[in-house]
Amino acid sequence: MWLRGKLYCLSVSGLNENYFELFALKQSFAIDIVALESQYRQIQSAAHPDRFVTASSAEKLKSMQLATLANEAYQTLKKPAARAKYLLSLNDIDATQETNTSMPADFLMQQMEWREALEDYKAAKDIDGLESLMKEMRQAATVLSNELSHLFDEKNDLTTATAATRKLIFIDKVCEDINKAIIQIED
Amino acid sequence: MALLQISEPGMSAAPHQHKLAVGIDLGTTNSLVATVRSGMSTVLQDEHGRSLLPSVVRYINDNEVIVGHQAQAKQSEDPINTIVSVKRFMGRGIKDIADKAHIPYRFVSNNASESPSQGMLQLDTRAGLKSPVEISAEILKALKVRAEKALGGELTGAVITVPAYFDDAQRQATKDAARLAGLHVLRLLNEPTAAAVAYGLDNAAEGVYVIYDLGGGTFDVSILRLSKGVFEVLATNGDSALGGDDFDHRIYCWILDQTREQTPNKQPLNEEDTRLLLTKARQAKEWLTDNDEAQITCKLSDGYAIDVVLSADTLVELTQNLVNKTLSPMRKAMRDAGLELSEIKGVVMVGGATRMPHVRHAVQDFFEQEPLTNLDPDKVVALGAAIQANVLAGNRSDDDLLLLDVTPLSLGLETMGGLVEKIIPRNSTLPVARAQDFTTFKDGQTAMSIHVLQGERDLVSACRSLARFELRGIPPMAAGAARIRVTFQVDADGLLSVSAREETKGIEASITVKPSYGLSEDQITAMLKSSFGAAEADKQARALAEAKVDAMSLISAINIALEQDGHLLSESEKDEINASVKSLEQTLNTEDSHAVHAATEALNETTENFAAKRMDASVSRALAGKKIDEVDLK
Repeated sequence: MWLRGKLYCLSVSGLNENYFELFALKQSFAIDIVALESQYRQIQSAAHPDRFVTASSAEKLKSMQLATLANEAYQTLKKPAARAKYLLSLNDIDATQETNTSMPADFLMQQMEWREALEDYKAAKDIDGLESLMKEMRQAATVLSNELSHLFDEKNDLTTATAATRKLIFIDKVCEDINKAIIQIED
Repeated sequence: MALLQISEPGMSAAPHQHKLAVGIDLGTTNSLVATVRSGMSTVLQDEHGRSLLPSVVRYINDNEVIVGHQAQAKQSEDPINTIVSVKRFMGRGIKDIADKAHIPYRFVSNNASESPSQGMLQLDTRAGLKSPVEISAEILKALKVRAEKALGGELTGAVITVPAYFDDAQRQATKDAARLAGLHVLRLLNEPTAAAVAYGLDNAAEGVYVIYDLGGGTFDVSILRLSKGVFEVLATNGDSALGGDDFDHRIYCWILDQTREQTPNKQPLNEEDTRLLLTKARQAKEWLTDNDEAQITCKLSDGYAIDVVLSADTLVELTQNLVNKTLSPMRKAMRDAGLELSEIKGVVMVGGATRMPHVRHAVQDFFEQEPLTNLDPDKVVALGAAIQANVLAGNRSDDDLLLLDVTPLSLGLETMGGLVEKIIPRNSTLPVARAQDFTTFKDGQTAMSIHVLQGERDLVSACRSLARFELRGIPPMAAGAARIRVTFQVDADGLLSVSAREETKGIEASITVKPSYGLSEDQITAMLKSSFGAAEADKQARALAEAKVDAMSLISAINIALEQDGHLLSESEKDEINASVKSLEQTLNTEDSHAVHAATEALNETTENFAAKRMDASVSRALAGKKIDEVDLK
């Protein structure tokens, strides 16, 4: 059964499809990355299709579903923006919903500045400029991540967390575009 | 009530039986087969002690095919019927082949519109039209014969390597070729990953490694993190149409330029001379790895004598831009992996073309460290594939080797305006599944055309088209009201399947498409039949034999599962499974392949719940960090 790009499988099981529970982690924004990685590897060691090459087709299918779920869950929890978005979705908030457009004016200004800088460097084929812009945005992302652990884990302020998550998603998107621009220039 | 028997930890309930599994490197220039014997991965040799099988297939007549050294020896004499570097044509159409004019084959496009391999190229030979899949199958058959002779039995299965940057069409074609050769494919494994396994296990390597794999026809770069037996691919990139052959081709063009300078009115070359000069070019390239000059002499069919000297410096001049073409994929892979150069612990060189000094220099300059060349670049892929085959076949019981590979290219769908909507991004860890919702464009629309694409560009025309299908039976609704969920699943072989369904009205209108580029099911069946010269009766006997083998392996898998995890089931559940096993066993005494098949399916269904419980239990054990059977009784 499929829902919104996420795989909900193992209907029979005692295993929960909650990503945090899947990896036996506490549900919070601050996360023990080392534990996440180690639990992910443990699950793949047990569930990966490579372990079921000679098994029955029912087991092969289960293995593929669980390995797929573990990959999706791991990728989601690993990245701060995806993790924040996922935490909100567990509270029935869709951070990327089109109606969810609230964004403070100062951040809108900042957004435009970043976008303009990106376009300028791109037009000038200035890789160093793009790299330094990326660095600046990564720093902003780190600040946001710290804010988010405070908002999620201490204050449980989901409204403010939603706004911060949207900022983080925006930064990721621009960083991706910077990467694309650099690759284009280098080619 | 009978007491359940519990075997000792680490002991398998079933008697240990070593399965014959091999790793096959199906290369552009050479192919190899390797296996694990007494814990050591070894390349299997032919009766003359040779490890490499030249990937050359010569059609003598309708019934006779020669593969390997003997075929290679005739490549200049009989170029049209002697196919070299067939891997470059796998999953490709004629328009994909850039330098047709200098390849001495008669290309034909498969235009049969009902054929799933429409648009794929074929070669016109003395034995008729041959697809790259069939030609590759001949190479695989030769390796299978070599392996079975060396190991003294029938193979259980094979891991076959493919370039990491192979797209879905090329992977599917490779799998089809293996089926045609009668090989059971345990897994398609990416070549750089296979090399990493061989290198990593041999050197107890830990940390981030780059595999630079420049083969005869393909270039791959993969970045992996090696940690306690887990090989995690962080990013991969490459060029599936760049390899040693292109270096040969540059030298060949240079030779032609030299002769034109001397004899401006030289007639164009025939196919024999083209192949002869390409061979001479390859020999000169190989010679220049350890020498400063190579003399190229030969006589063309019209008596024209070629005698030129190629210097190592000229070779660099001619081919430096080919070497530079490998830099862009390296940069992209590094960027996708999000790594700095200082984080790279080692760079492993794979593929015969990495013997060229200027290739090594370029890699050294890029990564600012000397590349690792202590493994034989021709053998390392096959050795790694054999290790993986041994694990997959179940010969190694300890669970300490795990490969986490990625999909090399993004997968998406065509949307409005000829644009591609990406569904699965490149470098996603396998297996991966994603679903995306689409809606109708017009009021009352009842069908939707779905076009599956692979590639990084935004325009449909710049990506590779994998499949087109129509979803019909959408209930008529206002534009934008329907919810069409398209699901992409890429399995551990890197192969894609796509399904679509309409969700709002709960109407099941779904279709599953497995893009196929090599051959259709029917074509494969027909070819298997003709190659065995089998009549209809033989075909049925074969179907029955296959069904029984499947049934028996299922029964054995379930018996082992019951012994290991029977405690997860209630008595009634166990009874149900046992009854189902019994029904299947009874069909084994009959000659009815359909009954065997149906009972196998029934048993599969009966055990679905058990499979889920076992999976949960095994994951719980993994998460608890220790096996349940290690808990001490107090």
